[in-house]
Amino acid sequence: MNRFLEIFMKFLFFLAACTSVMAVALICIFLFANGIPAMKEIGLWNFLSGTVWKPTNGYFGILSFIMGSIYVTAGAILVGVPIGLLTSVFMAYYCPKKIYTICKTAINLMAGIPSVVYGFFGLVCIVPMMRDLTGKDGSTMLTASLLLGIMILPTIVSVCEAAIRSVPEPYYEGALALGATKERSVFATVLPAAKSGIVAGIVLGIGRAIGETMAVVMVAGNQPRMPKGLLKGVRTLTSNIVLEMGYAADLHREALIATGVVLFVFILIINICVSLLKRRSDYES
Amino acid sequence: MKASLLEARRHPFSFLVKMLVYLAAVVTIGVLLYMIGFIVVKGAPHITPDLFAWEYTSENSSLMPALINTVIMTVLCLLIAVPLGIGAAIYLVEYAKRGSKLVKVIRMTAETLSGIPSIIYGLFGYLCFSTAMHWGYSLLSGILTLVIMILPLIIRTTEEALIAVPDMYREASFGLGAGKLRTIFRIILPAAVPGILSGVILSIGRIVGETAALIYTAGTVAQVPESLMKSGRTLALHMYSLSREGLHMDEAYATALVLLILVVCINGVSDLIAKKLEKTG
Repeated sequence: MNRFLEIFMKFLFFLAACTSVMAVALICIFLFANGIPAMKEIGLWNFLSGTVWKPTNGYFGILSFIMGSIYVTAGAILVGVPIGLLTSVFMAYYCPKKIYTICKTAINLMAGIPSVVYGFFGLVCIVPMMRDLTGKDGSTMLTASLLLGIMILPTIVSVCEAAIRSVPEPYYEGALALGATKERSVFATVLPAAKSGIVAGIVLGIGRAIGETMAVVMVAGNQPRMPKGLLKGVRTLTSNIVLEMGYAADLHREALIATGVVLFVFILIINICVSLLKRRSDYES
Repeated sequence: MKASLLEARRHPFSFLVKMLVYLAAVVTIGVLLYMIGFIVVKGAPHITPDLFAWEYTSENSSLMPALINTVIMTVLCLLIAVPLGIGAAIYLVEYAKRGSKLVKVIRMTAETLSGIPSIIYGLFGYLCFSTAMHWGYSLLSGILTLVIMILPLIIRTTEEALIAVPDMYREASFGLGAGKLRTIFRIILPAAVPGILSGVILSIGRIVGETAALIYTAGTVAQVPESLMKSGRTLALHMYSLSREGLHMDEAYATALVLLILVVCINGVSDLIAKKLEKTG
């Protein structure tokens, strides 16, 4: 009896372990099975390189959304990476012990705030601010980039801090002993040594930014056209899905799912990059 | 002061970099404080008894049904995901041979799952549960979607907690004649509880804050549904709908504040547990 129970439970644990494999398989099957027919019908090239999105007239081109996603993400990286990286240096080397726990709690809290709250904050605070500053519509690519830049800060700070802390102490001390200033020791010896960890953090941030949906929908303007400038509205891949899925039917609906497939492929590529980088930084340390 | 001035003159570039580092930290913490302050100042005056009325009407835009839905959803999600996640982690740590192909595949898929954005989960949930299973917009679709979403988080944290249990415990238990199952349930799991708990609390945070994965699975009906097969929105979705409609901005501020308080509490509890872990471990 006991023997049977042991084997039975082992089997049960095994099944539980397989759920994640099953989940990934199911996600792939459902997305691809529902998205690829639409790509075929529209034509893969037309779908990916078309700049006109008029579902009622049968135009399904998502290049403008792809570009929108890329631009907004690039903007978020430009905002988030310098601030995040410098903050992580602060956390690892400059932060007085007394306020360290407070700072760490704050970063954790920032990571825990739901994206809809960020979006709301963007909508009621950053958008009006931008409107006053530029005198035009406030829901722009710039607003979205700023907000996303803020949202990816905690990811970048915690991953980069961990990478910086994993650099052996002698690197830093050696540089100090050679007469370099503290800043020079940190920036010229420690940071290069933590390079792959930092890059992994940045790529993780890119993944977050490209996949973010609700916050972007609320501040980016969502005009379905090619992005025309920093102070114009954009629509990203994610917001395209969320905005139109509610009422879409037939080919339109399938085209939206195909948009999800494109996003999914982007994310898979980014994931592979992250795990490659992680492996490298493990290897180095 | 004088020393720092001297330092600035001798190494102007270093000084500049130092200032930038401090500036960045101030900006990061400042943005957070500003955001919290903004929402507290604008939201606090609008927290009224009306907001917590049992029934939602378009006048009071009460958040109570949404709050109840959130609690139902969180509890049911955890009921499914926690046993699954712990079981998976037990298999990976206690049973599987180290470095076997299967373990590698499972770990890779769990990693992939944790990198997928929530809108993809939402899309999948919509296609699989709402459409293919014909469950429509329902709590059940939302719950299952979220289960898949938080599973990797629970697997990873439980795995780490199990690995952290010293092998001595296992050997001592086997030495006393206990079977593998008994060792796991009586010795290893109790020792790993704090680690597992912190993962569970993190997942609660994700469930409470999730919007994109729920909008086309659980739907946006602002009432407590009579059954699992009916649609009902959670607090985060409620907040999204309010701010999209733009008619009840005051209530939206108050809802944001409630959501923020919830998240702060969840984070506080997980910090407490983490501290306890550090002390005992």
